[in-house]
Amino acid sequence: MDAFIIQILNGLDKGSAYALIALGLTLIFGTLGVVNFAHGALFMIGAFCAVFLQQVLSISTVAIDETQKDFLGNPLKVETPYVENWFGPELGGAIIDWSVPLALIFAIPVMIAVGFIMERGLIKHFYKRPHADQILVTFGLAIVLQEVIKYFYGANPIPTPAPDVFKGSFDFGSLLGFDPNVIIYPYWRMVYFGFSMVIIAGIFAFLQFTTFGMVVRAGMVDRETVSMLGINIDKRFTMMFGIAAAVAGLAGVMYTPINPPNYHMGMDFLVLSFVVVVVGGMGSLPGAVLAGFLLGILESFASTTWATTTIPGINQIIIYLVAIIVLLTRPRGLMGRKGVMED
Amino acid sequence: MLGLNKNDRTLLVIVAVLALLAPFILNPFPTDSSLAQFNAGYPDLMQKFVIFGIFAIGFNILFGLTGYLSFGHAAFLGIGSYSAVWIYKLFTYNVIPAMMLSVVMAAIFALLIGYISLRRSGIYFSILTLAFAQMSFALAYSVLSNPKFNLTNGETGLQVYANDIQMFHRDGLPDFPHIFGLSMGSTSKLPLGAWEFQFNVGYYFCAILMILAFYFSIRLFRSPFGMMLRAVKSNQQRMNYTGLNSRPYTLAAFVISGMFAGLAGGLLAATDPLAGAERMQWTASGEVVLMTILGGAGTLIGPVLGAGFIKYFENIFSKINDQVLHQWVSFMPDGLEDFVVALIHPFIGKGWHLTLGILFMLVVIFLPGGLVEGGQRIGRLFGRKKRAEDTADAAAKTPAE
Amino acid sequence: MSKSDLTRRGVMKAGAAGLAVPTIFTAGSAAAYTNEPTGGSVTLGFNVPQTGPYADEGNDELLAQQLAVEHLNGEGDGGCLNTFTSKALQGNGILGKKVEFVTGDTQTKSDAARASAKSMIEKDGAVMINGGSSSGVAIAVQGLCQEAGVIFMAGLTHSNDTTGKDKKANGFRHFFNGYMSGAALAPVLEKEYGKDRRAYHLTADYTWGWTQQESIAAATEATGWETVNNVLTPLASTDFSSYIAPVLNSGADVLVLNHYGGNMVNSLTNAIQFGLLDKEVNGKDFKIVVPLYSELMAAGAGENIKGVFGSMNWNWQLQDDGTKAFVKSFGEKYGKPPSNSAQTCYAQTLLYADACERAGTFNPCGVVEALEGFEFDGLGNGPTLYRAEDHQCFKDVLVVKGAENPTNAYDTLEIVEITPRAQVEYAPDHPMFAGGDLGSCNPGA
Repeated sequence: MDAFIIQILNGLDKGSAYALIALGLTLIFGTLGVVNFAHGALFMIGAFCAVFLQQVLSISTVAIDETQKDFLGNPLKVETPYVENWFGPELGGAIIDWSVPLALIFAIPVMIAVGFIMERGLIKHFYKRPHADQILVTFGLAIVLQEVIKYFYGANPIPTPAPDVFKGSFDFGSLLGFDPNVIIYPYWRMVYFGFSMVIIAGIFAFLQFTTFGMVVRAGMVDRETVSMLGINIDKRFTMMFGIAAAVAGLAGVMYTPINPPNYHMGMDFLVLSFVVVVVGGMGSLPGAVLAGFLLGILESFASTTWATTTIPGINQIIIYLVAIIVLLTRPRGLMGRKGVMED
Repeated sequence: MLGLNKNDRTLLVIVAVLALLAPFILNPFPTDSSLAQFNAGYPDLMQKFVIFGIFAIGFNILFGLTGYLSFGHAAFLGIGSYSAVWIYKLFTYNVIPAMMLSVVMAAIFALLIGYISLRRSGIYFSILTLAFAQMSFALAYSVLSNPKFNLTNGETGLQVYANDIQMFHRDGLPDFPHIFGLSMGSTSKLPLGAWEFQFNVGYYFCAILMILAFYFSIRLFRSPFGMMLRAVKSNQQRMNYTGLNSRPYTLAAFVISGMFAGLAGGLLAATDPLAGAERMQWTASGEVVLMTILGGAGTLIGPVLGAGFIKYFENIFSKINDQVLHQWVSFMPDGLEDFVVALIHPFIGKGWHLTLGILFMLVVIFLPGGLVEGGQRIGRLFGRKKRAEDTADAAAKTPAE
Repeated sequence: MSKSDLTRRGVMKAGAAGLAVPTIFTAGSAAAYTNEPTGGSVTLGFNVPQTGPYADEGNDELLAQQLAVEHLNGEGDGGCLNTFTSKALQGNGILGKKVEFVTGDTQTKSDAARASAKSMIEKDGAVMINGGSSSGVAIAVQGLCQEAGVIFMAGLTHSNDTTGKDKKANGFRHFFNGYMSGAALAPVLEKEYGKDRRAYHLTADYTWGWTQQESIAAATEATGWETVNNVLTPLASTDFSSYIAPVLNSGADVLVLNHYGGNMVNSLTNAIQFGLLDKEVNGKDFKIVVPLYSELMAAGAGENIKGVFGSMNWNWQLQDDGTKAFVKSFGEKYGKPPSNSAQTCYAQTLLYADACERAGTFNPCGVVEALEGFEFDGLGNGPTLYRAEDHQCFKDVLVVKGAENPTNAYDTLEIVEITPRAQVEYAPDHPMFAGGDLGSCNPGA
């Protein structure tokens, strides 16, 4: 029972990362009809927004301390961050400590801008091209973005810790009457789960309850008719691209304390997120979210000792196995529409 | 002759001549010159060109004709390699039985995977093939290499050890894949002035198979069967309405292209007797997709060009380091030299991925038909000037559709 | 790459008849061995990961190799040439030939690594391949070098198999291995954490992970520890939460992470996230051990490594003359201290050059003979033996732990103990290394 609850919890936070990326992918695909292989790269850029902010906040004045030596025996350079000079060590330290949550504010405009530039500068020209061309050009873009980040930040992961108050884990089991330490769960992962729920709810509410969202939904169903009604649907779709980019970016920012970001983290997620989208059904937003959580939870269960001793290697293949089973039993994924990306 | 029309025959002859003279063509710069860095005429890279050429030709039979985008073709490449190395381990280093088993095993797996995956189309098909390939990779990398049942030797890759059975191996035969005693690794060097050209048995073995594969692909493109496959691409529904069941055709195309991939995998093991699991990873599947689209999907020569393009970058650009760069621009004044080096530095050596990514984008943006379209445009320019009706160059680049 | 007469004739008949008279083909017998240097220079091949997750480590190796070439050619301050016990190297290149090098990208993939090694051998005429950052690649390239008839000086490779069941006569490993990690760590762990501990292993699910887990489990069990569980994790995992969550509940009080690189950074970060180090199990503080450390992994894991034990081949903070000389020349040139993989590549390059010098030839068979059973000191690892039976270096091993109060970006690890060589030695036919065959040296041509 306790193992069951542990893996449900683990699955939820894995699932929330999958769901957020798949949601963004589906938004782009559903509105623009573009297969975006650079979506993983957007996730990665979001993560590096957090790294960037952390480093900007840590820009330091350098004072040479003759009493200490560095590794070559030269006098040690002591660095004090500017923010600590300006706001005092206490507040300044707190600002640096909170750099990941602060990066959310910073990442939103950056990611929307990146999305706009991508859509207007590149993707726009590929609406009428075959999906294969879209894949190739966005894959090329993903490599370029990745290499640019690598050029500046190197290939090694960069630690970006969560604020101190979120360190450690919460004893979930004691709430449910288990012994202490049986079911524990890190605070930051709980934050991540909550955050993703807010974003997902926000996107659905936005599409469901605003006029803008209504027009976009109408455009997703029948783009031509909507534009014939005199609505500039292209402009709205561009904005949706920006929003999708922001969703991926924010997911990336919040992910940095879970695993230190590196330049190829986007590629690690890319294939997986496509599997999620397809299992959910192309073009279906609820499908993407559902499949994200489903695969996250199943992946967690497959990694238990019980599962791996029953079927060796099940933890390596579970996602793909589920994808095959789902696609063979439900031709268009869990909630896919007929005729989308089938030719 | 050979059942080909004039254009196709010219194309085949050109490909054959290029392949057979590759040791000369790919080695245009004298060995000691600073541009020798760009020479690609050494056995390993030439082998890679033709082997991945075969892989891409096969992939194109499926994707170029039927439009089914498989994202899991690397699985067959890996299966081909593993089969070949197992023949080496158990029986003999002779490559003929090894290649045969590679193709047969790949065909069996392709039949199995194709039968299931082809029940869906579009991106659903792509993801199904991807899923099968990723499962094969994951299992080959770890589970199938456990000490009790070591089928793949995991991370290290399957290789021949001195204590393997090798039933038909005897003294006097090379301890390396060979064709009836002629080692795949033996190379003869021909120094000619400042140049040195290398002729490698393994390369010619692969090149001849590539020419055969290319011939087969032309015949297939022009056959009624090829026409049927194209019909699948243009409108499968209409085809079904006429009472034709398209699935046997697509399945046949899938199996054929899987066999090509198996042959390519076998050849990788024939020129270098090691089979690693990474060959099955999705990045390897993605690579052949990129090769085909980059060269020009659905064209005869495109996939081969794409394969050459990507392999060239991987092997040549990644080896250019700052020192080489300094040599090239050493004629410039010091300040300028450093500036130029700093400017080019991000694009070479460890930055070769960046160059490749940029080139992908440029090709797709400006040449929707891939490299073949680029060739066509040049050919047309050329043709207009010369008013030649059908220059050999243009013919070489004519797409099949 | 055999070049029998039969072969040559066959090719000429098949392809080159009428092209040229046969005499202008270089006959296989003209060169005594593969890529015999004929001009005034000799080419070494540096094959390191330049793309992919280990690119930074590869870059560090490359910097060290370039430094070694400088020192061999008599440029710079000479580095370890001044402290090396063998005085064969004069700073005038190797055997009077100027040292040049070519570089390649292994991408940390066996196929790509072999392709780039081949291009160095076939195209650039390299007589030696050095570098690399994973055991899979090292074993693959070692096999290739054996076939091609050049020397392979392994870079970072820690699997027992490299000098165990996959050992090759043309291959040499300076780096330590899983067995040595276990032998060095176990006594320190026993001293720090006591005899009565229960260990939970998370192991990367491939060859290196398995051999290391086997070594560590055997060594710790010998001191009285119990191995509660060993869970294999897929190499492609990025999130280890589902593997770490059950640890506390298993009754284990130590977590051993048999992971390397990105896997290790993530699994350790996740373990700290779960607050494992703040917990108490069986009345003891919970502990984490990372048997194989590297400086870059330590940097990637940041604060999380505080107090976590592991082992290393070498560390720049050592105080012997060889280390000081190397750190000084590396630090002054590149502005940072070298990593232990950089040191291995540097030492391997010098060792190769020295062996050629002592053998008086670049012939792989001569080099093998000169390196086998070679005793030396002054390269930073203390007195070292290149054992003839398996081409493994035997030297002191470092036990390190994450520093509690690092003063800069480079002293994140501190040396706990220098385990003497005698303690990490083993018989060549030790079961963990059995099954291989060194074979005989292959000079190629």
